[in-house]
Amino acid sequence: MRRSPLRIARSFGRRWWHQLTSMRTALLLLLILALAAIPGSTFPQRAISLTDVNDYYTRHPDLAPFLDRLWAFDVYTSPWFSAIYLLLMISLIGCILPRLGVHLKALRAEPPDAPRRMEILPYHRRLDGGANESRARAALKRHRFRAVRRESADGTVTIAAEKGYLRESGNLLFHASIIIVLVGVAVGSLFSWYGNRILSEGEDQAFCNNLQQYDEYGLGAYVAETGLPRFCVQLDSFAAEFTNGGPTAYEADITYTVGDAEHAYDLRVNHPLNIDGTNIFLIGHGYTPVVTYTDRYGNTETRRQPFLSMDAALNSEGAFKFPDANFNPETGEVDADAEVGFDAVLVPSFDTATAILLGSEPELNNPVLALTAYRGDLGMGDGRPESVYNVNEEQIASGDLALLNDEVEVIGVGDVMELDDGSTLTFDGVEQYAVLQVRYDPGGPIVLGGAVILMGALLPALMVRRRRYWIRWNPDGTVEVAGLNRNAYDGIAEECDAITADIAPDAVPPTPRTESEATIGSTS
Amino acid sequence: MTGAQVANALFVATIILYASAMFGHAIEYAFDRRAPKRGKVLVASGGEAAASDETAETDAAATNDAAANDDNAAEVPVSPVAARAAGRLSLVLTYLGTIALASSIVMRVIYTGRWPWGNMFEYIVGMALAGMVTWLILVAGGHVHRRLGLFATFSVTMVLGTSVRVYTEAGPLVPALDSYWIIIHVTAAIVASGILLIGCVFAILHLLKRRFDRRISEGKTPGFPLNIAKRLPDATVLERLTFKTHVFAFPLLTFGIFAGAVWAHFAWGRYWAWDPKEVWAFIAWVVYAAYLHARVSGRSARVNAPWIAILGYAVMLFNLTAVNLIFGGLHSYAGV
Ligand code: HEM
Repeated sequence: MRRSPLRIARSFGRRWWHQLTSMRTALLLLLILALAAIPGSTFPQRAISLTDVNDYYTRHPDLAPFLDRLWAFDVYTSPWFSAIYLLLMISLIGCILPRLGVHLKALRAEPPDAPRRMEILPYHRRLDGGANESRARAALKRHRFRAVRRESADGTVTIAAEKGYLRESGNLLFHASIIIVLVGVAVGSLFSWYGNRILSEGEDQAFCNNLQQYDEYGLGAYVAETGLPRFCVQLDSFAAEFTNGGPTAYEADITYTVGDAEHAYDLRVNHPLNIDGTNIFLIGHGYTPVVTYTDRYGNTETRRQPFLSMDAALNSEGAFKFPDANFNPETGEVDADAEVGFDAVLVPSFDTATAILLGSEPELNNPVLALTAYRGDLGMGDGRPESVYNVNEEQIASGDLALLNDEVEVIGVGDVMELDDGSTLTFDGVEQYAVLQVRYDPGGPIVLGGAVILMGALLPALMVRRRRYWIRWNPDGTVEVAGLNRNAYDGIAEECDAITADIAPDAVPPTPRTESEATIGSTS
Repeated sequence: MTGAQVANALFVATIILYASAMFGHAIEYAFDRRAPKRGKVLVASGGEAAASDETAETDAAATNDAAANDDNAAEVPVSPVAARAAGRLSLVLTYLGTIALASSIVMRVIYTGRWPWGNMFEYIVGMALAGMVTWLILVAGGHVHRRLGLFATFSVTMVLGTSVRVYTEAGPLVPALDSYWIIIHVTAAIVASGILLIGCVFAILHLLKRRFDRRISEGKTPGFPLNIAKRLPDATVLERLTFKTHVFAFPLLTFGIFAGAVWAHFAWGRYWAWDPKEVWAFIAWVVYAAYLHARVSGRSARVNAPWIAILGYAVMLFNLTAVNLIFGGLHSYAGV
């Protein structure tokens, strides 16, 4: 007989489906998934830090593009990583559905009858009479078994009982919850967005929620750039508490506006602000030195510049740039090559007793600025993105910027640095800034729900044991009881002894405990 | 003495006590000549039906009992009675060591005024305590024989000895760690790691015993270090212990990771971002899930299950040490 191509395809498909949904495959996929997650911790990831990826490119210019083609910098969104967990998902669904059917049927079915030869079961006793039916039923009920009575033609009466259905329920729910968690993650990656913002103190530093206002941001695939909710945030004051040179608490008093309503909030680490589902987190802080530059014509300009901290003692680096300085009121023009820039390091606790510049404490005990001044063309007009944290190094290298002081000049608050053309830079003081992360993730609650179900279901899935108990009145007047554990269970004999004792207290002495009772069905 | 010095003195006392207990247990292990208790006693009443593979292993155990009794009792330098006394003393020393370790942690808490899970040193010490408490509970409950304390004290002493290399002065916590979620998250992770440490010891012992049994059944005489396994309980018993400890630890580990994600949400603004620590926690979780599956998916996977459990612990240790020291990431601010 020739088989039709359709039949062949069907049997081929079924074989593969069985293969994919077998536990052996799941096991293999789990281990492969673990293996596939490793590169994400050894290579810098774009989603975590773009800067680190760029650094990697600089350090390994030959290797990086090659690795990039293998998605080494986007491991968790790479096609190969997705393929593994999608296969695992399919395999998971494929194993849950049939088991769900079987389990639902088992939940409604009556416990099966005792085998003919009960003595082959792991627990078996012969009772010397004294066990009556109503007592047996009551005892099984008390032990929370589901029981059914059967009578056969030759007069044999059996009661079959079973409990521990919760194990399989928990198991199925547990596996299903993994799917819920993944759905939540998928929703998150499509509909979430975030933005990071360095926010200095003061009304004039406030920002409103749109992408231009963020130093760094990310959008899910289905988020429109203009679709962000409207609100504005202002940092009223920031305080950091330090103990023994380490920070112990940050506190940011903020004011936020939604529509016309103004609200105050006390933003802290571990205590985010929730505006209609959008969360604002305090994730860091730093110092904003304030300086005033007075150019050779007496024009002044004040800068508040957030600096990046370089270490735990909050020694921070940054730059002050004055591209519009030295405007000559007489000619009405800016002097050629008169732009001024300063590379600076802010040291919060400068120790005058040592020759070391960098301080070891993060508090503002004796803040100083260590300054290097440049004059010439800052190179800011060419449209290329450039760092606000240092003066353009290419301009220095090309000679377009001239170094003005060979030795770094260190000045304290209120001090003045004088340049050769008579212009000055005054160190006015230090303010603080907070680093805020604004994040909206509609998948979060789904993931949370899935994770809670996962943990709730895991306990019965692992701890509950499915077991059966039978009692049989034979036509010859003898009574037999037997027990069977369907999962590995050391305590089956003790438990069955306890039930037997309840049914027929004087019928039989319980057998002494052996170190481990035989278990069958432990590979269920 | 300051609180920190008291804590350190207690810590040193712990190591001495555990090391002495290890020595005493070694004497018991080597010279208590009673045959190891048989794992399976086939009781007459009704007949216990064992699964066929378990019966095979029982046979192997019987053979090795015979091997154990072959030794010439006259040559032993320590009498079995004295060996058992050493074992009892060792158990007492283990209890004392555990009390000293717990007190040391409490002293650190009093001195620093915060929860004692702020850095790598404290984490390892907490894990050692959790492991030892697990061990003592198992011994007290009659689940394992005291004699195996040799292996428990050995591994915990090694762990504590290693922790000294990353010792950190007791100090305050950075703001992100100042949350009750750290208590929940890190406590769960530490307790899970401690139980898994003991589970890993069982897995290793099981493998040793299995190989030893195979040598015996091949008619060979196993040499060192395999002959250590002579006095171990049955391979099946060890396998069961391995499984039980892992079944107990897995939900705790899961909960620890969950609590970590909740905490990350509040402290860092996202619940999961594949930070190196998170990556390796995920890997450990997946490997342990694979272990639980391996045990129920057929003979060959079951044979390999202990290896997966050991791999899982290797990942836990890697996450605890290498990830802190090499990879950096957000978690590394918890300090070495
Ligand atoms: C195709 C996919 C999967 C299949 C076919 C499958 C199958 C099973 C089965 C049959 C059990 C029950 C074992 C028993 O009766 O003792 C089980 C348990 C378990 N599964 Fe899965 N599973 C799959 C995927 C997963 C995944 C992705 C995870 C999580 C990473 C997972 C975690 C667990 C855990 C922790 C248990 C322990 C509960 C227990 O032992 O009862 N499974 N799995």
